[in-house]
Amino acid sequence: MHLHKYEKWWLIFGVGTLITFLLILGYGAFYLGTHPQSHGITIDPQEIEAEESFKPENLGLTKVDEGQYVLNVVASAFNYDLGTDEEGKPVKHIQIPKGSTVLVQAVTPDVIHGFNIAGTNANMMVEPGFISSMEVTLNKAGEYTLLCNEYCGSGHHMMFATVEVTE
Amino acid sequence: MAIEKLLKYEQDSRFPLTLSKSESRLYMSFISFAFIALFVGGLMGLLQVLVRSGYYTLPAGIDYYQVLTVHGVVLGLVLTTYFIIGFQYTLMGKTVGISDTQYRVAWLGFWVMTLGTVMAAITILYGKASVLYTFYAPLQAHPAFYIGLALVIIGSWIACFVNWRQLYVWKKKHPGEKSPLLAFMVVINMIMWFIATLGVAASVLLQFIPWSLGYAATIDVLLSRTLFWYFGHPLVYFWLLPAYMAWYAIIPKIIGGKIFSDSLARLSFVLFLFFSIPVGLHHQLTEPGVQTTWKFVQIILTFMVVVPSLMTAFSMFATFEISGRRKGFGGLFGWFVHLPWKDVRFLAPFVGMLAFIPGGAGGLINASYQLNSVIHNTIWVTGHFHLTVATTVILTFFGITYWLVPHLTGRKLTPSVNRLGIIQTIFWAIGMTIMSAAMHIQGLLGGPRRSSFSEYNGSEQVAEWGAYQVAQAIGGTILFIGIVLMIYIFIKLAFFSPKGNEEFPIAEEEKDAEPTPMWLEKWKLWVAITIALILFAYTIPIMDIIQHAPPGSAPFAWPIGNN
Repeated sequence: MHLHKYEKWWLIFGVGTLITFLLILGYGAFYLGTHPQSHGITIDPQEIEAEESFKPENLGLTKVDEGQYVLNVVASAFNYDLGTDEEGKPVKHIQIPKGSTVLVQAVTPDVIHGFNIAGTNANMMVEPGFISSMEVTLNKAGEYTLLCNEYCGSGHHMMFATVEVTE
Repeated sequence: MAIEKLLKYEQDSRFPLTLSKSESRLYMSFISFAFIALFVGGLMGLLQVLVRSGYYTLPAGIDYYQVLTVHGVVLGLVLTTYFIIGFQYTLMGKTVGISDTQYRVAWLGFWVMTLGTVMAAITILYGKASVLYTFYAPLQAHPAFYIGLALVIIGSWIACFVNWRQLYVWKKKHPGEKSPLLAFMVVINMIMWFIATLGVAASVLLQFIPWSLGYAATIDVLLSRTLFWYFGHPLVYFWLLPAYMAWYAIIPKIIGGKIFSDSLARLSFVLFLFFSIPVGLHHQLTEPGVQTTWKFVQIILTFMVVVPSLMTAFSMFATFEISGRRKGFGGLFGWFVHLPWKDVRFLAPFVGMLAFIPGGAGGLINASYQLNSVIHNTIWVTGHFHLTVATTVILTFFGITYWLVPHLTGRKLTPSVNRLGIIQTIFWAIGMTIMSAAMHIQGLLGGPRRSSFSEYNGSEQVAEWGAYQVAQAIGGTILFIGIVLMIYIFIKLAFFSPKGNEEFPIAEEEKDAEPTPMWLEKWKLWVAITIALILFAYTIPIMDIIQHAPPGSAPFAWPIGNN
């Protein structure tokens, strides 16, 4: 089959760029270890409390070490359960010191939800049957919105909380 | 019939064939249905951008997500599938012909699809299926919604079988000849569609229907999503390839040129067949239950479509330059300046091509493994596919409509409709630039897609999104004016334009073109490679999903108000 000379150059240039591009993605993934979340840990969606992390008293933000936190979340239609405060009111606002690492663990007892700290890379699908988890470091102080970004029903847009990254 | 063997179809005065009146009626039925869908879906789109601006509330307690479901189903599934099947039938009718039996079976396909569409539409209108066009389990719609979808798919398969049969019969009559280019492309697209829809059909028939009827207590959510996206990505190529048919084999005729290379056009379609399907996991990158290695493998396969895309871009501009220079427009850009800008049959698809430059680049970003986390499920993605399908594909379809509809109805594209079409194209370009740019930016700032208006926690971050949502409402309103114009143009072309004979432009090869190698017709090999790639990319992930499945999910009907 005949290929025009310029088309050959064009394709060589294109394929070369493509290979470089894929090498960079592969380097990021397998050398630097930057993957999207994917642990495949399963859970019975009807008995999420059987899992230690998702017992009501363990929900929300817990400090495990200096600069190390765990954030356990139950996402359900149409609410993020981040535990309760001392007065027994549901927590809707969490504060994390800048630069600390947070292990986010989220599950759902009902339908599919999203977990997105808007404007950051903390972006996961939360699906019934699986524990979604990823470690994030929030380096920029400010007030962020944690919101559901996968359609979960008529109150989908009312599902949110606030994550404040403090100085 | 010995004489037939001696003729090559390009030199054969019998081509292109003439479409009979009854054939034209069949094709027009598909296309008219698509334009009804355009109006309904477009109106829903207008309501959405108005609601999201924060200055408008839907009347009579209509749910935003019901409107959004109509928008996605009617534009993403109905408009596209009807237009494509109708258009592809005309291409087959023009190049290989249709027999009486094939014609009757084609009508059967139309009615099966239409029955399914009406069933799904009624359930959505009754508020029993506000599950959006992706219908993710365990949100549960009324069974009629899933049965309707299954019928639409089965109806479209009938079109596949007819198209394959049409080319088969032609090839039997023309042994040793290469198949006409457009027929070759249609058959490739329908092979891809058939293989891809097997996934969603399996999910709907074996998972959703028994589950929604109560015969199965639970559903494997991840498996259903994986089968959906096995179909969901080739779906976008099913939209795009008919636009490419027009670019490769029709636009050259409109601008007074020839096909750049028949064999390269075929090769690029074969490559699209290979690399459209084994790539669906790139829609599932942020999911907890899919292995990272296989996500990455499918990312590599996803990027392979860069090759046929670059081939297509080269061919387009090569055709433009060669035909311009042949007409005597020299200089570095003389050929470009003298393209037929005032011919809407060229202008509309050309604007579509331009939109594919940012559209394609955005697609590369979305598929870029790590970068995906930045934009996944943000309104950036909505901005992305409003460039690709809602500009590139749809403007090409509009560009086809200007000559196809009058050709089918025995009328003429008049200079005044041509002028109106140019205005329509400009409206579309402006409206989409505003809306899509605002969506892209808001998405980068974290704004979610598929969400009704919400002030969330009232933070500064959310307040910042407001201006972009107003911009989307402005862009969306301009687009809706474009839709009204297009509907007017369609009605005018179908019923009121002066009688005449509008040309069905099919480009020819150069007289001295290199012969197309016959290996491009190795259909069985192409299908075998396609299946091998799919088995490679999906066997282990799907086995893993089934073997390590968590307890299934019971249905949830109340979150969507289906109770």
